[in-house]
Amino acid sequence: MNERRLPPVTQVGMLSLALIVVAVIYLSAHLPQHVPLGPAVGLLAASALLLAGNLAALSRAEGFAWRRFFEVARWALLAYALIAGMIEYVFLRNHTSGGPLLVLTLSLLVFAIHVPVLISFTVARYDDSAPPGQEASG
Amino acid sequence: MAIAPPAAMEAPPHAPAMERPEFQIVPRVGLPIVAVVVALLIAAIASNKLWPLEFFHVVGGAGWTVVDLFVGFVVGPIIGRLSIPARVEFTTRFMPKMVLLMPTLVTVTLAAGWQLSTKLGTNQTGYSLHGWVVASFIVVGVMAVIALGLLEPANIAVLTELKKPEPKPEVIEKLMKRFIYTAGATGLMQIATLVIMTKLAAG
Repeated sequence: MNERRLPPVTQVGMLSLALIVVAVIYLSAHLPQHVPLGPAVGLLAASALLLAGNLAALSRAEGFAWRRFFEVARWALLAYALIAGMIEYVFLRNHTSGGPLLVLTLSLLVFAIHVPVLISFTVARYDDSAPPGQEASG
Repeated sequence: MAIAPPAAMEAPPHAPAMERPEFQIVPRVGLPIVAVVVALLIAAIASNKLWPLEFFHVVGGAGWTVVDLFVGFVVGPIIGRLSIPARVEFTTRFMPKMVLLMPTLVTVTLAAGWQLSTKLGTNQTGYSLHGWVVASFIVVGVMAVIALGLLEPANIAVLTELKKPEPKPEVIEKLMKRFIYTAGATGLMQIATLVIMTKLAAG
């Protein structure tokens, strides 16, 4: 199989999504009590760092099919922006505000970027337009 | 788990081109239907009335659960035992529908469900079965990570591969295996959802 040596984008992406899920569950599980935001902020920051690391590692990958990646990413981004917008609407409809709203909104932002990255990466890694190399690890 | 991996799709070096029916990765005919469903969901949330919220949460959740169980435990093992041409034909007709169906069902279920639980107060710590509600968050969270990180990308990637002039059987094989195993895993998680939701309904 013509796979290139690529960074472990899928694994890192799933870890990033898992951290966001834990942060959101942590916030949701304490309603309507006041909840310290520290753990949720820490989880969100770690998740955002993983997203940044994933993009940085991918940008250095040699021979990656960027054209195919962006071809898929723009539509996936549109779809997941709509889904994230829907969830954000529910938060606003229920008068979520202040720190929890900020953490939830930023979590949705990471979600709406990272999922399209995972979809586009999975498609682009099997694209033939880029030069083939060795067995991929990601 | 009663899921058999697909049989090897080994193609000889000079195999004839794979026969594929014409298909769209995202079926355009389904987009207006999705738009109508989302518009109705927004109206249901804005109205904050019990019946529309209950309708969307129950219908969306039932659809999500049934599709996951059916794909994971019935369709998945069948696909694994089909001949390669039959598998390709089935995939090109089945997977595009999943691209639209699953994200719509999941969004409807979760958005209506959160609004419903806010209206009924079942997402508050004072609710007697709060532990069960948090358990449902955890189950949904695990399913979301599996579906978003593995299943959905595999779904799109296998369709993209099948759109190519010369799709690689080994790539399709690998991605379909991933799709079927992850569908099985989310199917198992859906059994936990059924246990939790029936307990919440029973009180």
